[in-house]
Amino acid sequence: MTTPAPFGARLDDVVVHFGKRRTFNADGTMLTADASTALDGASVTFRPGVITGVLGRNGAGKTTMLSLLAAFTRPTSGTVVVGPEGHEEDPWENPWITSSTQLVRESGDMLNDEKVSSTLKYYADLRPGWDATTAERLLDVFEVDVRKKPAALSRGKRSALGATIGLASRAPLTILDEVYLGMDAPTRYAFYDELLADYAEHPRTILLSSHLVEEVERIFEDVVVIDRGRVLLAESAEEMQARGFSLTGPAAAVDRIANGRRVLHRQQLGGTVQVTLEGAPDDDERAAARDAGVEVGAVPVQDLFVRLTDPKGASR
Amino acid sequence: MFDGPEPIYVQITQMIRAQVLAGELAEEEQVMSTTQFATTFRINPATAAKAFAGLVEEGVLYKRRGVGMFVAPGARERLLGEHRQRYFEEVLGPALAQADLLDISTEDVVAYVLGNNGHRKPGSPDSSEES
Repeated sequence: MTTPAPFGARLDDVVVHFGKRRTFNADGTMLTADASTALDGASVTFRPGVITGVLGRNGAGKTTMLSLLAAFTRPTSGTVVVGPEGHEEDPWENPWITSSTQLVRESGDMLNDEKVSSTLKYYADLRPGWDATTAERLLDVFEVDVRKKPAALSRGKRSALGATIGLASRAPLTILDEVYLGMDAPTRYAFYDELLADYAEHPRTILLSSHLVEEVERIFEDVVVIDRGRVLLAESAEEMQARGFSLTGPAAAVDRIANGRRVLHRQQLGGTVQVTLEGAPDDDERAAARDAGVEVGAVPVQDLFVRLTDPKGASR
Repeated sequence: MFDGPEPIYVQITQMIRAQVLAGELAEEEQVMSTTQFATTFRINPATAAKAFAGLVEEGVLYKRRGVGMFVAPGARERLLGEHRQRYFEEVLGPALAQADLLDISTEDVVAYVLGNNGHRKPGSPDSSEES
């Protein structure tokens, strides 16, 4: 079986409003206003064949953005295109695109009152690349009983079923929106391992949204951070990692080396100071740190993410 | 694992170089595949591939088509040469600068190196760090 070309995706100045509030004025005219704005001018490109982490705080617009790509939602304005490089199309009511796009939502989209095997059959019919052997093996790994109904499964097992659907679909665009909910730690790590192994074997575009950034940051090749309906940054994980570093050591030495850099965070414990600095350390700073017994460390993507999306942060 | 300030692919190359230097990876020995590496350390396969590509370019590893990656013959010797060079600049240099700062005379340093009977003291267990 040939592997279909992975899908890329692009959003251009996309706005999504949900709901309308209608109020009548005294003269009988009606006033309409949008109840809420989920995306407010979001533009981003998802590279084909890459695992991209989609990060954002609650209500930032992650799920709305991912739903647009799978044509579960339509943009109020702006354009969305999905497809193999050079052949991107609007996914809305476009079976060629949607049959090759698997969005696994938190809700799971399962046939709740029939056996798990019926849900599997449903997705097998829906997805041209469905791999039944993989599905069977994953359900075995995750210990999901296929004779049960999804409604009778625990939250973690339902999530494991969702993850199974996501991986076994082998869709050129696979979107996993917080699929880990309710999974215990061993199951989550089993899921990460299966995801990486399957991706290495069958390269495709995978978008993964998660709040457990620390657990997944090394899986990402690209990272997109959404904040209040807009794309705050979209870059490679390597570039994001180079946005900051930490120095830990005696206060005087740390402050001397840190001089001239923007300090994102400072923490002091007795005579020892840890500062988080913007940028990447240069050779002089590394040498100075080594000579002064100051430790140079990485800043986890999680911390950068928290600082970047902090409403009181200096970044805005 | 891999929580230094350098990009992860750089840290992977450092780890493999250190393994070759220490002889843990022998010449002509096969190294893990990109996929094995990615799943073992739970990192993106592209990151591992980038590290391996760099090591191939450096001549530490070489590719056998359809089989995998192997440690290049002579890789350890070459790395030893490079590291010997850097030892003086990066390890001994700063250590002697520190000695100057503490007013430790060159004679004292030499006496320490030579030990009591003119033979160098065996290296302390942590002398091999900072490879």
